[in-house]
Amino acid sequence: MEAGTAAAPVRTRDETRGPIRLGRRLIDVGLNVYAGLALIYLLVPIAVILVFSFNDPRGRFNFIWQEFSFDAWKDPFGVPGIGDALWNSIQIAVLSTLAATILGTITALALVRYEFHGRAPVNFFIFIPLATPEIVLGAALLSMFLNFGAALGFGTILIAHIMFNLSFVVITVRSRLIGFDRSLEEAAQDLGASPLQTFRLVTLPLILPGVVAAALLAFALSIDDFVITYLNAGATITFPLFIWGAARVAIPPQIYVIASMIFLFTLAMMLLTVWQQRRAERMAAVRPEP
Amino acid sequence: MSTRLRKAGLPYLLLLPGLGWLAIFFAVPLCYMAFESLKAGTLETGYLFDWNFSNYTNAISDFSEQFVRSFEYAGLATLFALLIGYPLAYVIAFRGGRWRNALLLAVIAPFFITYLIRTLSWETILSDDGLVVDTLRTLGIVSEGGRVLDTTASVIAGLTYNFLPFMILPLYASIERIDHRLLEAGYDLYGRRRDVFLRVTLPLSMPGVVAGTLLTFIPAAGDFINAELLGTPNQYMIGNVIQSRFLELNDYPTAAALSFILMGIMLIVVLVWARVAGTEALLGTEGEAR
Repeated sequence: MEAGTAAAPVRTRDETRGPIRLGRRLIDVGLNVYAGLALIYLLVPIAVILVFSFNDPRGRFNFIWQEFSFDAWKDPFGVPGIGDALWNSIQIAVLSTLAATILGTITALALVRYEFHGRAPVNFFIFIPLATPEIVLGAALLSMFLNFGAALGFGTILIAHIMFNLSFVVITVRSRLIGFDRSLEEAAQDLGASPLQTFRLVTLPLILPGVVAAALLAFALSIDDFVITYLNAGATITFPLFIWGAARVAIPPQIYVIASMIFLFTLAMMLLTVWQQRRAERMAAVRPEP
Repeated sequence: MSTRLRKAGLPYLLLLPGLGWLAIFFAVPLCYMAFESLKAGTLETGYLFDWNFSNYTNAISDFSEQFVRSFEYAGLATLFALLIGYPLAYVIAFRGGRWRNALLLAVIAPFFITYLIRTLSWETILSDDGLVVDTLRTLGIVSEGGRVLDTTASVIAGLTYNFLPFMILPLYASIERIDHRLLEAGYDLYGRRRDVFLRVTLPLSMPGVVAGTLLTFIPAAGDFINAELLGTPNQYMIGNVIQSRFLELNDYPTAAALSFILMGIMLIVVLVWARVAGTEALLGTEGEAR
C-alpha cells in the first residue's frame, strides 16, 4: 500500500517529454538491476554452501566440485568431534539466550518505563560493548580470567556470550517498548490487577514480539560467535571453533551439511515468527476500534 | 513516604542484574586488561605490574603497519558496502511493495550461515581454478596463472560481504521512514530527480548511513578471520596480531596494549560520527519517556 504511494510521484514525472522519459526509465531499470545484482551477491555464497554439501570431494578440502553425493547428508556427524562441538554450541546458545533475554528485557523495561537520574550514562554504558571490536571484548575477558587463574571452558564461554548478547537484547526490546501505551497497564490496575498480574496479562503479551525478536537475534549471534569464544574457550570446542581448526587441516563436506542444517533451521524459525506475528496482527485488526 | 521511596528505587533495582553483569564481565575485565597492559617481563620470568607505558609506544611503532592496514581495509570495505547496500536498501524500501519482508529476509539470510563458513564459501568461489578466476583470466583482468585468493582484493571482498547486512538494515530502516509527501513536495517544486535525491532523500537517510557505516567499520577493523582465510601474512590486520600475541605467543602485555589502542581509536571514530549524526540517532534512544 505504502509502496503504491511511493511510486506515484515517479509516474507523474514520467508524463513529461519522450527522450527524458526514456532516460528516466533506463535509470529506473538500471537501479532495479543493480539492486538485483546486490541481492545475488548476498545469496551466492549460501547457494555455494548448499551445493557443496552434496559434493564428494577428492582430497582434504571441499573447494572443487567433483561429483554429486548424498554421503555427507546421510552421515552428518561422521567426522570425529563434530557432533560434540555442535552440541556444545547449541547448549551455550540456548542458555545464553535465556539469560541474556531475561536480563536484557528487565533492563530495557527499566530504561523506557521509568524516569530516573543517570539514564543517559546508562544508555551509553549499554552501547559501548556494541562499539567495541569483538577481539577487544574477548581479550579483556581473557585478561580477567587469566588474572584469576580461572579454568577456561564451557563456563567462561557462557559468561562471555551472555555479556555480548545483553546489549543487543536491551536495544532490540527497547526499540519495541518505545511507543508503548502505558494507559493499558493503568487500566488493568484500575480494574484490580496486581502488579504481577498486570505484567503477565498486559505488559508481557504486548512486548512479546520484541522479546522474541531479541531472543532470536541472541541465539543467532551466540551459535555463530567465533572471536570471543576462541579467546575464552580453553580446550572446549564449539562448532565455529571446530571449523576454524578444520580450515587449516581438512574441510569435510559434513561441515557444509551442518551449516546448511543450521541455515534451514534458522530460516524456518524466522518464517514461523513472521507468520505468527502476521496472524496476531490480523487478529488484532478484527477487534472493534476503541 | 516509604512507597514513594520504593518507587524511586524500583528502576535502579530493575537495572541492577543487567548492568551488574555488564559491569563484572565488561567493565571490570577492561580494568584487568589495563593492568595487564602495563606489566613488564617475559613469558619465562612472568609478567609483573610496573607502569610499563613503553608497551604502548612499542606496540604502536612495531605494528603501525597492521594498524594502518586495518583501517584502510575496513574503510574500503565500508565504502563498498555503502555503494552496494544503499541502492538495494532504497529499492527495497521504495519499490519492494509486498515483497519487502521477503527481500529483507534475503538480506539477513547470510547471517544464518556460520560466519566462518561464509568465509570458506568465498574461499571456494575464488579458488584458483574456480569459475570466477577462470572468467577473469579469460577476460584478461587476472593474468594467466594469477590468483584472486590470498590477495588484498580477496580480503577486502570478504570483509565487504561479511558485514554488508549490517550496512543494509539501518539504511533500510531510515529510508523506509521517509515521508513520501516530502518527496512529492520536492517534485511539485520542479526538483529534478537528482535534486530530490540529493537534497531530500539522502539527508533524511543520514542516520541510517551513519549507523550502517559504524556497524560495518567497527567489526571490519577488528576482524582477523578474513585476513587469515582469504589472505596471507602480508594482509594481516591488527586483529591477527592481537589474537596471535594472546593465544600463540602468550605476550599478554603487548596484546592488551594493542587492544586498548584499537578500542581508543574506535571510540574516537564513534564519537566523531556521533557529533555528525547526533547521539540520539546513534544510541537509538529517541522517543523515550522523559
